[in-house]
Amino acid sequence: MSKKPQRAPLEYSKSFRLRAWIAGVLLFLYSPLLILIAFSFNDSKRNIVWKGFTFKWYVKVFENDALREALFNSLIIAVLCTIFSVVLGALAAFVLWRFKFPMKGLLESGLNLPIVVPEICMGVGVLMFFNKIHWPNDLPWPISLSQIVIAHITFSFPFVAVVVRARLESFNKELEAAALDLGASQWRAFTDVIVPHMTPGLIAGALLAFTLSLDDFVITFFASGPGTITFPIKVYSMVRFSVTPEVNAASTIIIVLTLIATAVAMKFQDTSPNKENA
Amino acid sequence: MQNWFENKRFFWATMLAPTVWFLAFFVAPMALVWAYSFGENAGPVNIAITGTFGNYAKAFRPEIIQVLSDSVVLAFIATLICLVLAFPVAIAMTFADDKTKSWLLLLIMLPFWTNLLIRTYALIAMMRTEGFINFSFAFFHNIAVSLGFNLGDYVPMELLYNKSAIVIGLVYVHLPFMVLPLYAALDKLDRSLIEASLDLGAGHMTTMWKIVVPLALPGIAAGLVITFIPAMGAYLTPDLLGGPNDLMIATLIERQFKRANDWPFGSALSFILMYVTLIFFALRTFFEARGGKVSAH
Amino acid sequence: MPDNLASQKKSSVVKDETIIKIENLTKRFGKVAAVDDINLEIKRGEFFALLGPSGCGKTTLLRMIAGFEVPTEGKIFLDGVDVSNIPPNKRPVNTVFQSYAVFPHLSVFDNVAYGLQFDNISKSEQRDRVMAALEDVKLEHLAERKPDQMSGGQRQRVALARALVKRPKVLLLDEPLSALDAKLREAMRFELTELQDRVGVTFIMVTHDQDEALAMACRCAVMDRGRLMQLATPSTLYEFPANKFVADFIGSVNMFEGKLILDEPDKAIVEVEELGGKVFFDHGVLGAEGGQIFVGIRPEKIELIKRTKDMKKPQMEDSPEDCNVFAGVIDNISYLGSESIYEITLDNGRRMQVSRPNLSRWDQEDFTFNDEVWLGFHGDSPVLLQN
Repeated sequence: MSKKPQRAPLEYSKSFRLRAWIAGVLLFLYSPLLILIAFSFNDSKRNIVWKGFTFKWYVKVFENDALREALFNSLIIAVLCTIFSVVLGALAAFVLWRFKFPMKGLLESGLNLPIVVPEICMGVGVLMFFNKIHWPNDLPWPISLSQIVIAHITFSFPFVAVVVRARLESFNKELEAAALDLGASQWRAFTDVIVPHMTPGLIAGALLAFTLSLDDFVITFFASGPGTITFPIKVYSMVRFSVTPEVNAASTIIIVLTLIATAVAMKFQDTSPNKENA
Repeated sequence: MQNWFENKRFFWATMLAPTVWFLAFFVAPMALVWAYSFGENAGPVNIAITGTFGNYAKAFRPEIIQVLSDSVVLAFIATLICLVLAFPVAIAMTFADDKTKSWLLLLIMLPFWTNLLIRTYALIAMMRTEGFINFSFAFFHNIAVSLGFNLGDYVPMELLYNKSAIVIGLVYVHLPFMVLPLYAALDKLDRSLIEASLDLGAGHMTTMWKIVVPLALPGIAAGLVITFIPAMGAYLTPDLLGGPNDLMIATLIERQFKRANDWPFGSALSFILMYVTLIFFALRTFFEARGGKVSAH
Repeated sequence: MPDNLASQKKSSVVKDETIIKIENLTKRFGKVAAVDDINLEIKRGEFFALLGPSGCGKTTLLRMIAGFEVPTEGKIFLDGVDVSNIPPNKRPVNTVFQSYAVFPHLSVFDNVAYGLQFDNISKSEQRDRVMAALEDVKLEHLAERKPDQMSGGQRQRVALARALVKRPKVLLLDEPLSALDAKLREAMRFELTELQDRVGVTFIMVTHDQDEALAMACRCAVMDRGRLMQLATPSTLYEFPANKFVADFIGSVNMFEGKLILDEPDKAIVEVEELGGKVFFDHGVLGAEGGQIFVGIRPEKIELIKRTKDMKKPQMEDSPEDCNVFAGVIDNISYLGSESIYEITLDNGRRMQVSRPNLSRWDQEDFTFNDEVWLGFHGDSPVLLQN
């Protein structure tokens, strides 16, 4: 048969029109980012005509104390937020998965609120709260970041809880029973059987908390005291004035960090021993 | 599932920390906002909670109603555009082989992981008068001129700082929100239903309209809600891409706190936004429950 | 092959015309050939079964006939027309899906009417045909129901009516009984064959259940790893399996590797080391020379004879001395009511299965554990098989 084989009726992904459509959507999603990255290497202040390759904007970013400090602050906040969110989220997920208790439904739907509520509302709440309890504004670094960290944990850990809970749903409860039956204590059964099963969920949750924290502008905008500058806040103030290759370079750094975090998380999930029901 | 009192120590050990955190740093602040929404400014820094409904009444002033309805309309247009853009992508993803599927999923999700501010900034860089789009148009314009067309000088298009820029920004930022629930719904669909429709003589388009869309309706509703809610409450997009008078509800709230210093009114607006959000989510849950019933067998 | 042996025609509507002709059909997914160079013809009005273990390619073959998969090579002719590249919505072939695929958002009536709207017929005729089809499957009283208010069996009838109302040239059924419970399955067997007889449409059924295929089909195609192993009537498949795979797959069989030592037109003898003796055939097995050969013998074709210490080895009356009789000990018994299955260990350690109908109410007491027995079979019972 010389005729080229047709596609089967349900192989929509092989249809030319759909492929063109997807290409268009991806172009829409990626061209601004790719152009931004490209021009971070452009040797021109005016930033639109290609004048040659350079790293000088990256050097400038690292020479710019304010920008460097903001980037560093953001990373510290993100790391702290990740650690606390993973612990709190895992505990919340476990308790909701494992126990029946009074007012459980209330806690369960309550924990969904930080996910659902618009950022601006939470930002306003955080602002008024810290104002009301007269949280000191002149704390030494890095304790001065604590307001932001607390706010970030508050909106991040429910996301972690959702991810971990979804993971727990696939846990075969007979495994825990088997561990207990074989003589393990409740605590050993938890650490030996349940935690390993949770691990992919914990990693996914950690990645989520990290990026949520790094990504957040609105809540940080409201929660930060006058002295603390995070990366999004700094970029925000720069963007308001103009588009500069320096901001492009700083943005590229953040994009690359996010890419690495995503790649690491995917790698971890691929090699997890529980891959078959991941 | 175990009753909590059968294993008290373990229960308290796991339950206490998240619950206390949630009450202290979420419930308390939101309760404060709620209380302040019934308050009045009593002096430059003091707010007296007087139980007034005046702040909510203020939201019915024409200029405020205008902002609220703008928010809804812009978010709704953006959501519809997202639906149109995302549906074919979700279809292709559903029927692709596993490898293509995970690549597409990654490609759609990757911008979502990227900093919102950076993405908005990238759009600005692209759409401003000296940006890439205008630059490209100018380039073709100049070619046309050099070929002898008398077009005059290129006048850059004002792509930014208007309502369409807000819509483009909202679509750009929220597209992944739409793809995922659509994909989840379509992926659950029994493929043999589509095959049965084709088998019985329907074309692909007819099958989409008569079989796929009705059955994916819960997923479409979920996608609409999941996209519409954050789009309506978006702050950065209208702030950075809109003109000075293109306010949306979040920018209006921010002004009450950072500029107008009318915290009680800002609180009331926040709660209006919260209530709208919660109503939409309740609707979504309702749709999901109904959808679950239809596809239960 | 003595195909005429099984002319107990199950369908009165079979005509001697070809409705489907499959030529050198191959379907590869990547490097794996799901269907590998298949040739077969299906007759008009036939109830045809595609039988095989899971993964043998039978479903892929069915899906190619329906148009859901495009063949990598080869052609499918429907009523003389090459349909290999015609999309499923343009083929006069309809399918009853394994999951039934009844549209959950449409009523029973709308489900059955769905396909007719593409056929250019008036609304009133559509109505009449839908109601007639529902009557055919005895569902006329449930026309307004939604599928989620129906049992599995009822939804299957909807699927049947929906496909048959289009008056297809061929109806394809993908594992039609697999989702039903055991009792209903039995009843549905008869109903499906009766329905087929009544409407006179060619049915092609895919199944992994040999009982189902043997009970319902006029002819079966047995497939394995994408290849056609044998195409024959049910009784031919059972009594005259073409190869080791078919003998093994259909029913149970005791199988031994052997060496042909005599092959004449009217008799043959195979030396079987595993049995520690010779097997006699009362017919020639021409063409079996060379390569590995196997002797297969069905459990119900073996006789059990009690053996006592000083008893001389008996001889089957139609076989030469020293052939077809072997000594063993009963080591396990499965009592199944209508028959008993005896697991017997031969003197050389090899195990065999023998089944014995319990014709009288005391028959199962004839033999018990550890009884020493002779196993004997006639010269027309064993089959000679190759890979």
